[in-house]
Amino acid sequence: MDNILEVKNLCKVYDRFSLKNISFELPKGTIMGLVGENGAGKSTTLKAILNLVKINNGSVKVFGLDMKDKEIEIKEDIGVVLDEGFFSEYLTPTNINDIMTGIYKNWSKELFFKYLEDFNLPKDKISKEYSTGMKMKLKIAVALAHKPKLLILDEPTSGLDPIARGDILDIFQDFIQDEEHSVLVSSHITSDLENIADYITFINNGEIVLSKTRDELIDKMRNCKMY
Amino acid sequence: MNIIISNSSNAPIYEQIKEQIKSKILSNELKPGDLLPSIRNLAKDLRISVITTKNAYEELEREGYVETIPGKGTYIASKNVEIIKEEQMQKIEGLIDTAVSIAKISKITKEEIKDILDILYE
Repeated sequence: MDNILEVKNLCKVYDRFSLKNISFELPKGTIMGLVGENGAGKSTTLKAILNLVKINNGSVKVFGLDMKDKEIEIKEDIGVVLDEGFFSEYLTPTNINDIMTGIYKNWSKELFFKYLEDFNLPKDKISKEYSTGMKMKLKIAVALAHKPKLLILDEPTSGLDPIARGDILDIFQDFIQDEEHSVLVSSHITSDLENIADYITFINNGEIVLSKTRDELIDKMRNCKMY
Repeated sequence: MNIIISNSSNAPIYEQIKEQIKSKILSNELKPGDLLPSIRNLAKDLRISVITTKNAYEELEREGYVETIPGKGTYIASKNVEIIKEEQMQKIEGLIDTAVSIAKISKITKEEIKDILDILYE
């Protein structure tokens, strides 16, 4: 299987925290869950992959291209949902469509409104009036509407009830029905990932503890005993 | 196709899928030539990993229950049902043979074994 994303020896040093030699690979057509406690470095890793924080060392390759050289080209094909930082809550999806049309070359108005309809989101209501689950679905609709090949999401299911979480996991599995697509998703709700993730990467204190397929992890380690 | 995954079962998920498809083939619910759902579709329906369903299909293929035609999908293999049944019969013969030897040693009659069989088969 080809890799859609290759992260090698990623290092980022802060005063009190650092990412140390983060390396992992995400094959095409799969979902990877990034797990770890709060402050373990999940969000920093995702931001470092997206070149939103300046890395001290290491390399990120997406679609076989180096993030340093081809950032704009690569980002046309990535859909991103970050924890914070989104549109003003006084914008309606219709406004957001107008803004995004000028940002992504491949932005599709039809696709965006189709997702709004699929996710039951009213298009002329300001998002301030949306529920938490609806806001997250709106973010995901925005991330999907320029037909990305790779989705990167930071804690998309936190704060949501089990039904809304299930809906969102369904969206991810729909997305990888195309074998060229992959999802990298961070979460601390392990039961979500335990089910649908093909790979689990566990980060603790800025270091990768393990990066394995779900089956290896669950089926071979299910009989662990704590003494 | 109805497949039920149990999280409390000791068997790994890929094995649960494999066994259930096998039993559907033997009971004729799935017939030679029937198309199975794609690995991605099945993973989505069951809300499990694609790698898990892939493993299940690969093992079924190795054991000759299904055939994968690249670009088209995975089908129930033809003609194999008879062979599968034959294999199962051999397995049963072996087990009954053991039962009969135990019975002979312990002076248990054929009738008594038949009674056990009747009860167990219900």
